[in-house]
Amino acid sequence: MLKLPIYLDNNATTPMDPRVLEAMLPYFVEHFGNAASRNHPFGWEAEEAVDYAREQVAQLIGADAKEIIFTSGATEADNLAIKGVFEMYASKGNHVITAVTEHKAVLDTCKHIEKSGGEVTYLPVQPDGLIDLKELEASIKPTTILIAIMYANNEVGVIQPVQEIAAIAKKHGVLFFTDGTQAVGKIPVDVLKDGIDMMAFSAHKMYGPKGVGALYVRRKNPRVKVTAQMDGGGHERAMRSGTLNVPGIVGFGKACELARLEMEEDTKRISKLRDKLETALLKLEEAYVNGSTEHRLPHVSNISFKYVEGEGLMMGFNKNIALSSGSACTSASLEPSYVLKALGLGDDLAHSSLRFGLGRFTTEDQIDYTIEQVSNTVNKLREMSPLWEMYKEGIDMTTIEWAHH
Amino acid sequence: MSYSEKVIDHYSNPKNVGTLDKGQKNVGTGLVGAPECGDVMRLQIEVDETTGLIKDAKFKTFGCGSAIASSSLATEWLKGRSVDEAMKIDNMDIVEELNLPPVKIHCSVLAEDAIKAAINDYRTKNGLEVLKFEEKGVH
Repeated sequence: MLKLPIYLDNNATTPMDPRVLEAMLPYFVEHFGNAASRNHPFGWEAEEAVDYAREQVAQLIGADAKEIIFTSGATEADNLAIKGVFEMYASKGNHVITAVTEHKAVLDTCKHIEKSGGEVTYLPVQPDGLIDLKELEASIKPTTILIAIMYANNEVGVIQPVQEIAAIAKKHGVLFFTDGTQAVGKIPVDVLKDGIDMMAFSAHKMYGPKGVGALYVRRKNPRVKVTAQMDGGGHERAMRSGTLNVPGIVGFGKACELARLEMEEDTKRISKLRDKLETALLKLEEAYVNGSTEHRLPHVSNISFKYVEGEGLMMGFNKNIALSSGSACTSASLEPSYVLKALGLGDDLAHSSLRFGLGRFTTEDQIDYTIEQVSNTVNKLREMSPLWEMYKEGIDMTTIEWAHH
Repeated sequence: MSYSEKVIDHYSNPKNVGTLDKGQKNVGTGLVGAPECGDVMRLQIEVDETTGLIKDAKFKTFGCGSAIASSSLATEWLKGRSVDEAMKIDNMDIVEELNLPPVKIHCSVLAEDAIKAAINDYRTKNGLEVLKFEEKGVH
């Protein structure tokens, strides 16, 4: 029996894997110690658990355990990386390069450093969502201290050419930070092979708990330092003070271990389901995939269904299927997705998009049901859409004088 | 955001979806909104020339659930009214009937605008002067 509702919003957050919860449970009541208590067994137990988790996390991304700084999540890690480098390397320069499709945690942090006297270049993206490497290189100046480009995008799943970006950064002696939140645990990420200097990522996007994440900070070639943004007891090599969230970190470690061991199998299965979903939905007329399908996360599909509006579309099934839309109506701002607009989509297509985020617990039954429900609702709403009628009558909608408001 | 039951009902069972022959003299058509803004409403009225009453009303809407519900409700209210009465439909009546939250008030404004645009189209076709309406300025 198909159990409803179905969760297909795994880019927002993932359900926790029961094995992760099991690993965490002893660290709430039984082993409750503070990992910074160096003088008694309670502290030792906690420290040991954190050390083990740090190894598990490091191993997933090919790092050394000492290079993992635990934070409250990827947003904090993004802030620490960008603000931390901006302050630490102030004598070298004040220029940061990022891209317009970054997550708000990066974009708003960049806005913050602009207010603090920094200079930021926001690179545009090509219609497939990838940045232009030549443009990146051309925007480097003597004052550039940091390139901040995400590994994979949260809305369209497009994977940036991380190794090429890293090579450009290295050539010019600029640090390279990547927001790996959507990529780590889903596709192979290796900080050494990829040439990443710093990387933010989060447990709850890979079947771990919310409220815990990490910043990878390279210790060799080059040795990277960031100015702490949280002052206090000097935890995490003095880069992030605050009592460690031991159960959360244990869960994060377990989630990383599971991802490392099961990623290949998961990816095979999930990408097959994603492709089935996408192929079926693209059989509808005037349906388009947003972003590169070649350089893309295996579990994501972002599709615009022209002439129907995303929120109206979701209303047809959102009791039973959990999804996201790039439509304005789903946000408080009434502006459609800035990511889709950056890919060159008109507002009308951005309003018509749905984001499907599959995950470890997605089943074929769920995908079959989703195909049926989404297709039916698109067809039903098109029957109700004046734009669809005009399209069918061959009316050129660009010639109509719309009452903009 | 959760929807009121009335919005869900109009969305699931919209009343009067369809198209009237806009070539007819007694049919008035209002097309308001813009695709880039995420909502477009087309509302049509068919006026009985002997009684002066609106005998049929149809809509098609591209937009969110609240926009669809607002236009569906508007067509329900239009049927059987005289053109003069139809002009009195206020967007706040729609807000109240559908329990629209503040962020969705623009959907009701759009429905009111569509009604007025349809009436003016009808008036123009029948040699009557185009009525000027106060701008709501909410959207």
